[in-house]
Amino acid sequence: MQHVVIIGNGISGITAARHIRKQSDCKITVISGETDHFFSRTALMYVYMGHMKFEHTKPYEDWFWEKNRIELKRAWVKTVDFEEKKLYFRLPNDNKEAKIGGSISYDKLILALGSTPNKFGWKGQNLKGVQGLYSYQDLESLQEITPSIKKAVIVGGGLIGVELAEMLHSRGIEVTFLVRENSFWNTVIPPEESALISRHIKENHINIKFSSELDEIIGDENGQVKAIKTKNGDKIECQFVGLTVGVSPNISLLKVPQGNMIGREKPAFLLGVGGIKLNLGILVNEYLETNIPDVYAIGDCVEHENPQKSRKKLEQIWYTGRIMGETIAQTIAGKRTKYQPGIFFNSAKFFDIEYQTYGQVPAELPEDTKTFYWEHSTGRISVRINYTTESQAVTGMNTFGIRMRHKVWDEWILSGKSIEYVLENLSKANFDPEFFKQHEAEILKKYNTETGSSLTLKSKKGIFSKIF
Amino acid sequence: MLQKLGLIIFIAAFGLFIGTLGMNNYTLTDEILKENFKEEALFDAKIELASMVDQSYSNSYTFTNELSEGIKQLNKVYNAQQAWDKKIYEDTILSIVKASSNGYLTDNKGIMFLLTFGLAIFGALLFILPEAKIPAGIKNNGIYYNPAMTRKWLGICIGTFLISFYIILYFKPQYIANWTMLVDPVSKLINGGEASRWFMYGFLYTISILVMGIRYIIKYRHSKYQIIRTLSIMFFQTCIAFILPEIMSNLNMPSADLKNMWPLDYSFFFNYRLDKLLASGAFGIFLLVWGIALFVVGVPVMVYFFGKRWYCSWVCGCGGLAETLGDPFRQLSDKSLKAWKLERYLIHTVLAFAIIMTIGVLYTYFTGSYNLLGFIPTESLKSSYGFLIGSIFSGVVGTGFYPLMGNRVWCRFGCPLAAYLGILQRFKSKFRITTNGGQCISCGNCSTHCEMGIDVRAYAQKGQDIVRSSCVGCGVCSAVCPRGVLNLENAETGSRIMIAPDVLLGNLMEK
Ligand SMILES: Cc1cc2nc3c(=O)[nH]c(=O)nc-3n(C[C@H](O)[C@H](O)[C@H](O)COP(=O)(O)OP(=O)(O)OC[C@H]3O[C@@H](n4cnc5c(N)ncnc54)[C@H](O)[C@@H]3O)c2cc1C
Ligand code: SF4
Ligand code: SF4
Repeated sequence: MQHVVIIGNGISGITAARHIRKQSDCKITVISGETDHFFSRTALMYVYMGHMKFEHTKPYEDWFWEKNRIELKRAWVKTVDFEEKKLYFRLPNDNKEAKIGGSISYDKLILALGSTPNKFGWKGQNLKGVQGLYSYQDLESLQEITPSIKKAVIVGGGLIGVELAEMLHSRGIEVTFLVRENSFWNTVIPPEESALISRHIKENHINIKFSSELDEIIGDENGQVKAIKTKNGDKIECQFVGLTVGVSPNISLLKVPQGNMIGREKPAFLLGVGGIKLNLGILVNEYLETNIPDVYAIGDCVEHENPQKSRKKLEQIWYTGRIMGETIAQTIAGKRTKYQPGIFFNSAKFFDIEYQTYGQVPAELPEDTKTFYWEHSTGRISVRINYTTESQAVTGMNTFGIRMRHKVWDEWILSGKSIEYVLENLSKANFDPEFFKQHEAEILKKYNTETGSSLTLKSKKGIFSKIF
Repeated sequence: MLQKLGLIIFIAAFGLFIGTLGMNNYTLTDEILKENFKEEALFDAKIELASMVDQSYSNSYTFTNELSEGIKQLNKVYNAQQAWDKKIYEDTILSIVKASSNGYLTDNKGIMFLLTFGLAIFGALLFILPEAKIPAGIKNNGIYYNPAMTRKWLGICIGTFLISFYIILYFKPQYIANWTMLVDPVSKLINGGEASRWFMYGFLYTISILVMGIRYIIKYRHSKYQIIRTLSIMFFQTCIAFILPEIMSNLNMPSADLKNMWPLDYSFFFNYRLDKLLASGAFGIFLLVWGIALFVVGVPVMVYFFGKRWYCSWVCGCGGLAETLGDPFRQLSDKSLKAWKLERYLIHTVLAFAIIMTIGVLYTYFTGSYNLLGFIPTESLKSSYGFLIGSIFSGVVGTGFYPLMGNRVWCRFGCPLAAYLGILQRFKSKFRITTNGGQCISCGNCSTHCEMGIDVRAYAQKGQDIVRSSCVGCGVCSAVCPRGVLNLENAETGSRIMIAPDVLLGNLMEK
């Protein structure tokens, strides 16, 4: 029986395992050093804030794995012998280079290694009280450190940074948020949305400092952080520094040439840089295949050599990890399948404001594209729709504070519906709960005024409209 | 600051409330005996209780205990003589205790009402209202660090209090006579008479729903669905369940909680209630027809259009208490597959029990025979249902276990009406919770905070609509979802996605 080994029990590895099991009877082993069971990384913040316990982040009950004959192994993989098709484990609690704690053979190997938080070689970045937020262990260390602190600095204005700010804030810790850009997340979202979120973060009493970069982290005599210095020369006292300046594919495992440690002549097998092709991540083709036969890579650790048009080489989000897992399962089960993500989508929540996006809405408007933006008078709700100048076909949308229906937007963008059609039928995409105030009429009015058109709403939602 | 003060006031008022139980002096007189015993029993009572008469007791427990013991002896004798009509029940003991009491509480009911109920409400509001100052949105911060909400010491204390309260209320109400006294002023105001234990309970129940309803509204004020739903619960409890029946009985009409229905209202077809309705002319007949129409026509029609939520989380009193007083405990419901299995066995068994019991009761009513099918004794069916389901399950377990097993223990495992509504919702309804394409990040907020113990995430993460007989449509899963994945909707019955797609939306690979 073919043995499929997956390193990594995150969303990509687990999705692959589940879908392989649906289509094939092969032996499946999932290895991870982080936790015994798959958990939702995106939910770490809720555990810290006391909304949930760690158990609640596990999407499947513990009996699920045995029932579906998915073997779980808790261990860190130290190195891979791609020629012999064998993995070697690290001894528990041992970091010495030369020791190996057992091995396992595979017929097919899926690398789903995830990412690691970036550290840019700052002075003091390894002091006590300095950390990122990615793993279960990061959560544990946060739980241990933060009860005794009063002031924290968070470096880096991305999604994980806001989450960390919200987390610390929920425990009454004073948070200073250093953001390199002059407005929040403005490399990803357009200026209006960036301003909206910046306002909201401030509204939540986060001291957000734009255009400031970390220079160094200062420790005390015990090796514990006591302050940071910014490049503008400001010194900020703090007992904790959160580093949330993005993540990079977690490929260190594959970078070390470790031949002799497994008792073989050194370059007798392909390993490390010279073996599997790496750049920022593990390089894969359209089929998620690496350069080594029977070795595949999915999820955060992947770098696409030839991404689809308008997609990035690195897309480290939950959904793409899941789609890659679904795709690779078909290949493993015998049907070699191209990775073809559909219309892009993503979502997030900034304190109390939810964000959803469908299609492409880059921070800077592309040349052949027009944009329509509406914002509610409260400054907390907004909708942006991009469309092509030529055919008026919608290409993407952002919404803050209104939930939209994925299916409807997927169809609209895929079939190139015109902006006018979309605005007239916007209620069809509304996914807010019943009785929520609907803004479609106001949105349409703004468009009419701006463009001198006289469009009218074609459908209305409302609790009774669908009943009869 | 204000919140701390509120908490202190509330705890003080609550302490005083407990303290009132020992506050009075008691003297039993011949007068009181005469008023409370039927003539046939009065003679026996005078002999049995002779040693108590005209004695002054300063300890309420000693007095009540001695009285109860004496009456137990009497009942023993009556049991032996099979003199059922002479038997003395708890409510009589309760009113004897009440009549025998004297002292500060008895003389100052109004002041004591204000110092207990009044201050407790004031303190609670002081604690709750400042929450409105923090920005609206889901703020479940600290729930799992709170000893009351996580089955830690405080939760166990609250549970113990609630369980004891229900046991005493149902089976030994004479020991809380002083609490009924506290609400006498309210009772006088509404119906002119003294408060019974049920009036006291109804009042406490309504106050809990109102005060905790305000808390709920503040907590979920970013959601109009939650606000309107909670106002509905508060309205139905206060006006339809609490005040209207009092007014009806004031007007000498048969009183009824118009929104309650069989089989939750399991005694609806009991002979004494049918007799009373049939004896009350046109209005009685109306109540009878209304009560039957509710569950025969009202339920199927409403569930078809809206799902069982129209009742369970918008109208029902049990649901109302669960949604308001019980909200802090919603995360404690068990989400495991095992719990789901147990739930299906239990709730459908209770439904079957309720139906058989009612058939038995009606059989006896119409035929006069006490044995259904010749061997099922209808009286014991009736009394065991009342004891096991009516009192123990719905009261003691149903509410007492809030801090231990979540706020919908009764609704999930025991309520026969919920079982009936649920079957319709599962098989014949437009209602479902739609999951939004591929947006779920499996975070688990929805499952954690579902009071019915539904593993909502299990559906959401595979793109299947949530169609579950137990879902009461509280809407909290949708409210807590950080990615806008869940939406309570009514649409064509056939359009519910009952089988998960192979892969979620957003993947265009060739299949
Ligand atoms: C706090 C936070 C919030 C997020 N929120 C969102 C969000 O809202 N939306 C969104 O789209 N994305 C979000 N993300 C990103 C998303 O979580 C990731 O894209 C996704 O989890 C990646 O999944 P994966 O399966 O590729 O890798 P991972 O989940 O990282 O899994 C990889 C696993 O492999 C293990 N592993 C690695 N190397 C070895 C080895 N040598 N031996 C053994 N085991 C090994 C790792 O320990 C890990 O358990 C968030 C991330 C974080 C940290
Ligand atoms: S599934 Fe959602 S709406 Fe239904 S009971 Fe659970 S939390 Fe409430
Ligand atoms: S709360 Fe929302 S995102 Fe989280 S698991 Fe439930 S449906 Fe998915």
